[in-house]
Amino acid sequence: MILRLLERIAALAASLAVSSILVFGFMAVLPGDPARVALGVNASDAAVAVMRTDFGLDRPLVSQYFSWVGGMLRFNLGDSYISRAPIGPQIADRLQVSLWLVGTSMLIAVVIAVPVGSIMAVWHRRISGLLLSAASQVGVAIPAFLAGILLITVFAVRLGWLPANGWTPPAEDPEMFLKQLALPALSLGLVQGAVLTRYVRSSVLEILREDFLRTARAKGLRPMQALVRHGLRNASVPVVTVLGLQLATLLVGAVVVERVFVIPGLGSLLLDAVANRDLILVQDVVMILVVAVLVVNFVVDLLYVAIDPRMRTQ
Amino acid sequence: MRDHMTRTATVFVAVAATLAASACSAGSSTGGTSKSTGSGDTNQTLAVGLVAEPASLDFTKTDGAAIPQVLLYNVYEGLVKLNNDGKIIPDLAKAWTVSTDGLTYTFDLVAGAKFSNGQAFSAEDAAFSIDRVKTDWTISLKKSMDVVKDVKAVSPTQLEVTLSHPSNDWLYRMTTRVGAMFSKTGVDKLATDPIGTGPYTLKTWKRGDSISLQRNDSYWGKKPFFQTVDFKYFKDPTALNNALLTGTINVIGTVQAPESLAQFTSNTKYEVIEGTTNGEVVLSFNDAKAPFTDKRVRQAVRYAIDHKALVDTCWAGRGMLIGSMVPPTDPWYEDLTGLYPHDVAKAKALLTEAGKSGVTLRLRIPNLPYAVSCGQVVKSQLEEAGFKVTLDQLEFPAAWLTTVFTNADYNMSIIAHVEPRDMGAVFGNPDYYTRYNNPAFQQALKAADEGTPAQQVVEMKKAARLLSEDAAADWLFLLPNLMVADKGITGLPKNAIAESFDLSPLARI
Repeated sequence: MILRLLERIAALAASLAVSSILVFGFMAVLPGDPARVALGVNASDAAVAVMRTDFGLDRPLVSQYFSWVGGMLRFNLGDSYISRAPIGPQIADRLQVSLWLVGTSMLIAVVIAVPVGSIMAVWHRRISGLLLSAASQVGVAIPAFLAGILLITVFAVRLGWLPANGWTPPAEDPEMFLKQLALPALSLGLVQGAVLTRYVRSSVLEILREDFLRTARAKGLRPMQALVRHGLRNASVPVVTVLGLQLATLLVGAVVVERVFVIPGLGSLLLDAVANRDLILVQDVVMILVVAVLVVNFVVDLLYVAIDPRMRTQ
Repeated sequence: MRDHMTRTATVFVAVAATLAASACSAGSSTGGTSKSTGSGDTNQTLAVGLVAEPASLDFTKTDGAAIPQVLLYNVYEGLVKLNNDGKIIPDLAKAWTVSTDGLTYTFDLVAGAKFSNGQAFSAEDAAFSIDRVKTDWTISLKKSMDVVKDVKAVSPTQLEVTLSHPSNDWLYRMTTRVGAMFSKTGVDKLATDPIGTGPYTLKTWKRGDSISLQRNDSYWGKKPFFQTVDFKYFKDPTALNNALLTGTINVIGTVQAPESLAQFTSNTKYEVIEGTTNGEVVLSFNDAKAPFTDKRVRQAVRYAIDHKALVDTCWAGRGMLIGSMVPPTDPWYEDLTGLYPHDVAKAKALLTEAGKSGVTLRLRIPNLPYAVSCGQVVKSQLEEAGFKVTLDQLEFPAAWLTTVFTNADYNMSIIAHVEPRDMGAVFGNPDYYTRYNNPAFQQALKAADEGTPAQQVVEMKKAARLLSEDAAADWLFLLPNLMVADKGITGLPKNAIAESFDLSPLARI
C-alpha cells in the first residue's frame, strides 16, 4: 500500500519535472525578445539590454531554469515581465474564474448527456433514436464559440433576457454572476454534452447486451429500472475518463468562449502571455495546468475505484 | 539638435487603444468648444468600451497608448493641455510667457490644486516632474525632455524652464504624457497607484476586465459630470458591439470592425461619430535595401496603389486619404494626394525604365486587422503593375518587432503610426526601421523646430512635401476616429488628437 503510494508520488514528481523542462525549453527557443516587447517599439537598444539583464535573460539557460523551479517550489511564481505584478495572485484569480466556467459547463454536459445518451442507446433501432443521434452529431460539429455567438444573438441582443458578456465574482453580486455565467456555460456545456452523449450512447449500448441486465429483467425489474439501477454504473467508467480529459483541456481550451463573452479566464491569460512573450507567466500557467491534469487523473482513478468494486482488489 | 527632433514615434497597432484617444475640450474654465457639461453633482455612471488594456498604470516605465488614454487629463494633468481644435491651452499653468530668444518659458501656475493624496500642487512638484523624466523614465518618449537645460521653481506658483535651444515642439510635447505632473511624495507605486491632480481618481482595476475611475470631489477646477466612469476592455469586436446593444456599455470608444457600423447608423438609439486621428496607416519601405534604393521603384509602387479602392475594400470606405505623414489636424497639413494619383501605366513605365520589371518585393505585415485586410489588396494592386509580391504575416508584437523593426528584414510593411506629430521620428532618423536618410528633410525638420511658429508651419509643410515627392513610403489612409454612443451622450470629440480619452467634457442629457 505504502509502496503503491510512493510509486504514485514518484511518478507525479517525474511528470512534473519533465513537463517543466519541456515548457522551459519551448519558451527558450521561441523567437521574440520579452524585453523589447515590454519596453515597446521605440525603446533604444541600450534600454532593451538593461531590461534583459533586469529580467535575468542574459544568464545561462540552466541557471534561469533552476531559479524558476526553485521559486515555484517555494510557491513564489515570480513577477510578470509586462506588468511587473506578482504572477501568483493573477493566476489564482483567473483559475477561479475558469473553474466556475468549466465546472458549470461540465455539469450541464453531464445532465444532458446521461439521459439523452441512454435514451439514444435504448432506442437505437427506432427512428427517434436515429434522429437524436443525428442531432448529437450536429452538436459535436458546432464549435463552442459559434454556439456562444448564436446564444448571445438570441438571448441577449434580441430578447434581452441575459447580459451579452462580462464577469462578476459570485461574492460581489450573486445574481449578476449567475446571469453572466448562464450563456457561456451553456455554449460550452451544450457542445461538450453532445460529445459526451456519443460516449454514453456507445457504452450503454454495450452493457445493454450484457447478461446481468437480462438477469435483472428476469428478476422482474422494468427495463428503465434495470438500466438505471444496474446498467449505468457499469457504463460510467469510460464516461468518467472522457469527463476528466474534457475538464483538463477546457481549463485553457475555453479561451475562444472567454473572448466572445469577455471572461477573464486562464486561457486568455495564457494567450496574452504568449503574444507578449511574458515567458515566466507562460511557464507558470502551463505548470499549473500540468498539476491540474495530474490532479484530475488522480481523482478519476479514485472514482473508478468507487464505481467499480472490482478495481479495488486489482 | 537632431536628437530631440527625432521624436520617437511609437509604432502602434490600431487595435491598441490609440484610436480611442480623443481630444479634450477647451480648458476647465474657459468655454471653447465644450458643450454644457452640467453640474458636477450627479451620481451618474458611464461605461466606455475599449480594446487594448494597459499592462501597468505606470506610463513612465511602460510604453503603450492604452495607459495615457485612461489616465492622462483624467487622473494626471499637465501644465498645458490640447483642445479639440489642436490648440495648446492652459491647464495647471494658467498662463505662460516665452523669452524673445525662445529659450526661457515662465509659467504661472494655478493656486489651490491638490493631488489625490492631499498634498498641494506647487512649482516644486512641477520641477520634480520635469527633472524626473530624464532621470527616472525609461520609455523612449522621454527624449522629448532632453531639450530642457534647467528647471527652477521661482515661487510656489511660478516655474521657469530653460531650454538648450529654441524648440516649437517642446511645449506641444508638454501636452502629452511626458508633461504629466507628479507629486514629490506620490511616486512610489505608480504601477498600481496613480496620484495626480485630475478630475478623477482611480477606484478599481480588475485586470483583464476593466478600470474604474471616480470623480475627485476636491478637484480644483470644474467638476466633471459623471461620478463614475468604467473603461471596459474587449478583445473581440463583436463582443464590443454586443455590449453596446445590450446596454453593458454606453460608448464604443474605438470601432474595430467598420463594416459592422451599419447596424448602428440605422438605429436611432445610437449616434455614430466619425472623425480623424493621428494614425497614419503607412505602407513602409525599407529605403536602404534594394530595390527601394532606386527612387523610380518607390514611385512606381505609389502610382500602382489605388487608395480609394483600397479603403473601400479593406476598411469599409471609412478613412481619409492622405498624401504624406501629416493628419489634417496639424497646422501644417496640406492635401498632397494629388502628387501620386493612381496610374498603372506610369508605374509600369517607371519600372521598365529602372530595369526592374517583375522585381520581387517582400511584404511582411503584422497580424493586425487593418494590415491583414489591406495587405491582400496591396499585393493584388502591385501585381497588376508588374511587381511580384510575397506576402507574409508576422505575429505582433513579438515576431514583427524582431523581424521588421529591429532587423529591417523586409521590403515593405503595413503599420499604423499613431503617435501625434511623428513625421520626424519615423522618417528623420536613419537608424529607424524605415532607414530613410534625406539630409534636406532632416534640415527642414530642424529649421521647423528652432524657428518661429510661423517658420515652423512653412518648414514642416516643406518637409512633408519632400517626403511625399521622394516617395519615402506610401500612405494608405488615415485611420478614422470611429465611435458609437448612446444618443444623449455629449462631449465626445469628433477628431482624436490627444493621447487621452478626455472625460471632463462628457455629459448625458
